[in-house]
Amino acid sequence: MRRRRETGVPAPLLVPAAVAVAFLVLPLAGLLVRTPWADLPAQLAEPAVGQALRLSLVSATLATGVSLLLGVPLAWVLARSRARGRSVLRALVTVPLVLPPVVGGVALFLVLGRQGIVGRWLDEAFGVTIPFTTTAVVIAETFVAMPFLVISVEGALRAADTRFEDAAATLGADRWTTFRRVTLPLVAPGVAAGAVLCWARALGEFGATITFAGNFPGTTQTMPLAVYLELQSDPPAAIVLSVLLLAVSLGTLLLLRDRWLTRSGAAA
Amino acid sequence: MTLTAAVEVPRGAFTVALDVAVAPGEVLAVLGPNGAGKSTLLRVLAGLLPPDGGRVAVGDDVWDDVAAGVHVPAHERRLGMVFQDHLLFPHLSVTENVAFGLRTRGVRRAEARAAARGWLARVGLGEMGDRRPAQLSGGQAQRAALARALVGDPAVLLLDEPLSALDARTRLTVRAELRHHLADYPGSTVLVTHDPVDAMALADRVVVVEDGRVVQEGTPAEVSRHPRTDYVARLVGLSLLPGTAEGTGVRLDGGGRVAVAEAASGPVFVAVRPESVALYLARPEGSPRNVWPARLVSATPHGATVRCELDGEVPLVADVTATAFAELGLAPGVAVWATVKASEVAVYAR
Amino acid sequence: MMERVPLALAAALLLSLAACGGGSGGEDAAAGPSTDPAGEELTGTLTVFAAASLTDVFTELGERLEQENPGLSVQFSFAGSSALATQITQGAPADVFASANPPQMAVVADAGLAAGDPEVVTTNVLEIAVPAGNPAGVSGLADFAREDLALALCAAEVPCGAASQQVFEAAGVDAAPDTLEEDVRAALTKVELGEVDAALVYASDVAAAGDAVEGIAFPEAEDAVNDYPIAVLAGAPNPAAAEAFVELVASGAGQQALADAGFRAP
Repeated sequence: MRRRRETGVPAPLLVPAAVAVAFLVLPLAGLLVRTPWADLPAQLAEPAVGQALRLSLVSATLATGVSLLLGVPLAWVLARSRARGRSVLRALVTVPLVLPPVVGGVALFLVLGRQGIVGRWLDEAFGVTIPFTTTAVVIAETFVAMPFLVISVEGALRAADTRFEDAAATLGADRWTTFRRVTLPLVAPGVAAGAVLCWARALGEFGATITFAGNFPGTTQTMPLAVYLELQSDPPAAIVLSVLLLAVSLGTLLLLRDRWLTRSGAAA
Repeated sequence: MTLTAAVEVPRGAFTVALDVAVAPGEVLAVLGPNGAGKSTLLRVLAGLLPPDGGRVAVGDDVWDDVAAGVHVPAHERRLGMVFQDHLLFPHLSVTENVAFGLRTRGVRRAEARAAARGWLARVGLGEMGDRRPAQLSGGQAQRAALARALVGDPAVLLLDEPLSALDARTRLTVRAELRHHLADYPGSTVLVTHDPVDAMALADRVVVVEDGRVVQEGTPAEVSRHPRTDYVARLVGLSLLPGTAEGTGVRLDGGGRVAVAEAASGPVFVAVRPESVALYLARPEGSPRNVWPARLVSATPHGATVRCELDGEVPLVADVTATAFAELGLAPGVAVWATVKASEVAVYAR
Repeated sequence: MMERVPLALAAALLLSLAACGGGSGGEDAAAGPSTDPAGEELTGTLTVFAAASLTDVFTELGERLEQENPGLSVQFSFAGSSALATQITQGAPADVFASANPPQMAVVADAGLAAGDPEVVTTNVLEIAVPAGNPAGVSGLADFAREDLALALCAAEVPCGAASQQVFEAAGVDAAPDTLEEDVRAALTKVELGEVDAALVYASDVAAAGDAVEGIAFPEAEDAVNDYPIAVLAGAPNPAAAEAFVELVASGAGQQALADAGFRAP
C-alpha cells in the first residue's frame, strides 16, 4: 500500500510546504528556546500542576468519549440519511467551529446554567447545577471539540463503499448490525483520526471552559487555564506549563499512533 | 418455491419493466448490454431497491407488492447474492465472512464457523479460512463470495456479473466450478451477465433484456437459433455443444466429432460462432477437418444476413449473406454440407 | 490568551496607521510630533497604554485632549496591566502607561522605561457585585463563606484576586468560591447572567457594568485600596502630549471623571 516514489517533490509544492513547516514549527521553537528548563523539575513537583494536568487529560478523554458516543451516530445521519434539512443540520453542527469559544461558554450558560432553559429545570427538579463543576468542563470541551469528530467521521462514511452495506443486508444484517459489524470497522481509521483531532482540541480548550466551568484548582482548572493565569503573574512558569502540556499531548498522540499503526499493520 | 417477479422501476431515460419466473433448481440468465436494467432487476429482487410497481414473491412468501404496500427489507429475505467484485468484508477473515450471514440470523459462533469451514472446503478454499480477503486471488475471492451467499441455504441465489471482474483464464475455471455448484443448488438462481458465454454455459433459460424490456426469452439453444432481433442475433448466435475432449478432438454427447486447435481433455463445451460456419451444396474439395452433412431446418433474415438453423449429428447455427443464400437456392429442408476451421472452434471446460 | 493576541495585533496596526496619518494636522507630515514649549498646541499621535478598568474614563479624557488640540490624535491600548507591562518591556512604542497596580508599574520602572517617578493618580476599592435585585440576599463579606451560594472571585494571579485575598485575611473570612476568574470582566459576566450569586470586583467595575449588576460596599474594603500609578515613558515618541495627558488626569476635571466612574481620589 505504501509505495515509495523516487521522484522528488515538485518545487511549487516544496516551497509552500517548507514555509508551512516553518510557520507551524517556529513558534514552538520560540517557546522551547525561552523555556527556563531549570524551573521544570520544581514546576513538575508542584501539586497544583499535576492536578491541572490530570484534570486536563481526564476531561479531554471524557469529552472525546462523549463525542464518539454522540458524534458518530450524528455523522452517520449526516452521511446516510436522506432526510431533508440535512444541509441545514450540517451547518448547525459546524457552528461551534466558528463561534468564539467564550461566546460558546456564554451560550452554554443560557442553556445549562442555573438560569438556563434546561439548567433551571435541572436545578428545580433534581437540585443539580452544572456550572463550576468538572461536568461543566467536559460539556464545554465536548461542545467545542465534537464537530471535529463529526466532520472527520462523516467524510470517512461518505468515502466508504456503501455496497458493503448492501452485501451485509443480503446476508441478513439489519441496519444496526450492518453499522456495528461492517460500516464502523470500515471507517475505523476515520473515526480514529476524528477522535484524535477531537481529543487534541478538547485538551487545548480554554475559552468555553473558563466561561462555563469557571476556574477552580482541582475541579475545573485545566492546563490551558493554569497557563493563562500563570501568564498574568509569572510568564516563565507559564511557558514551562505550556511545554509540559505540549509534551504530554504529543507523547500521548505518538503512543496511540504507534498502537494504531501496529494494529492495522497486523490486519493488512 | 418458484420465484416470480413482475416489477417496474424508473431508471433515467426508460422504465425497467421486467417479468420473470424461476422454478426451484432452475438457473435464469438475464442477458443484455450494460445499462439495460439487469442490475436494477437484481437490486429489486434483493430488496435493496423498492420497485415503483409490481410484485415479487417466492412461493407464497410475498417480498414486494406495491399495490398492497408490502416491502420486505433485504435483510429479511432468504437470499444469497454474489457481486461482481466479491465485496468480501476486508476487516474479517474469510471464515468470518462466510459465517457472517449465519451469525446475523442467530446461529451460534462455533456452529456458524463450522458451517463456514464446510462451505469453504466445498469451494476449494479449505486452507484459506484464516486469511483476509486482500490475501486471496480474484478467483479465490469470488469462490469465497459464493460460499458466503450459499451457506445460509437461501431460497433464491442472485449472481450479479459474478465472472466479469476475473481475468480470462480464471474466468474459465470459476465458470466451470460455478456450473457444478449451481447444479447442486436446489433454489432459484438469477444470473445477470453481459457475456453470452456465461448465459449459454450456466443457464437453463435466458431472458434477453434491452432498454429495460425483455426482448426474448427461451432456452439458450432456442434463443441462439431463433434470435428475434438483430441485437439478439449478434449477441447470442453462439452454438454451444457439450462433449468430451481427447487431445485436439472432441466427441460430442449427441454424436459426431469436432476438431479443435487447442488440445484439451475431459468434459467440455465446444463453441462455434455462426459467422465462422460455411455452407455448401456439395461436399467441399480439399477435405477440411470439420465437415458435416446437415439439413436446413429454418432460416430467418436479419439485415444483410440470414440466420440458418442446421440439424444433423453436429447441430449448428450459421449466418450466410442474403446474396449467398439466394445463389445457393437454400430453403428449409435442403441438405447441405457445413464446414468450420478448427481454429475457429473455442473449447470451454464444463 | 487567544483574545489578547488579536488585540495586541490590532494595537500594532493602529499604531502604524496612526504614524502614517499623524501629520495631517501639522505643517510637515514627515516631521512627526511637535515638541514645542508649553502653551503651544500639541500635535502628532499620543499612545496611552492603560489598564482595562480605565477604558471609559480615559477614552473620555482622550477625546477632551483631542478637542483642545485639533492636531493631536490620542490612541489607546486597553488591556490587563501585566500584558501591557510585557508589551512595553518588549519595546511597544507607548507614551504613557497607566497601571491598575504598583507591581506592574514596577516592572516597567525597574526596566528603566519610566521617565521620572510614577505618580498614583487614583485608587479603586473592592465592592460586592450581585445580580440585579440581589436574589441571594447577600449583605456583606461574610456571605462569601457560605457554601450554598455560587460565588466568583478573581484568581490570585490577577490584581483583583490579590486584593480579595487581602480583605478576606483581614476580615478573617474563609471564602468558599466556586470559581477563580481570570479577570474582572469574566467575573462580572457570570454575575450579569445570574450564574453566581456574588462576585468580588472593583467599585469601578460595578459602576461600568450597568443595570444588570448592583454593588454593595463593605467596610473591609479599606484594607485593600488599590493604587493606580501613571507614568510618562522614557522612550515616549511624543513626550509633550504625554505630560499633558498625565496632567489632565490629575486635574480637577480628570479626578471628577474618575469619581463618576467609581474611582476614589488617592
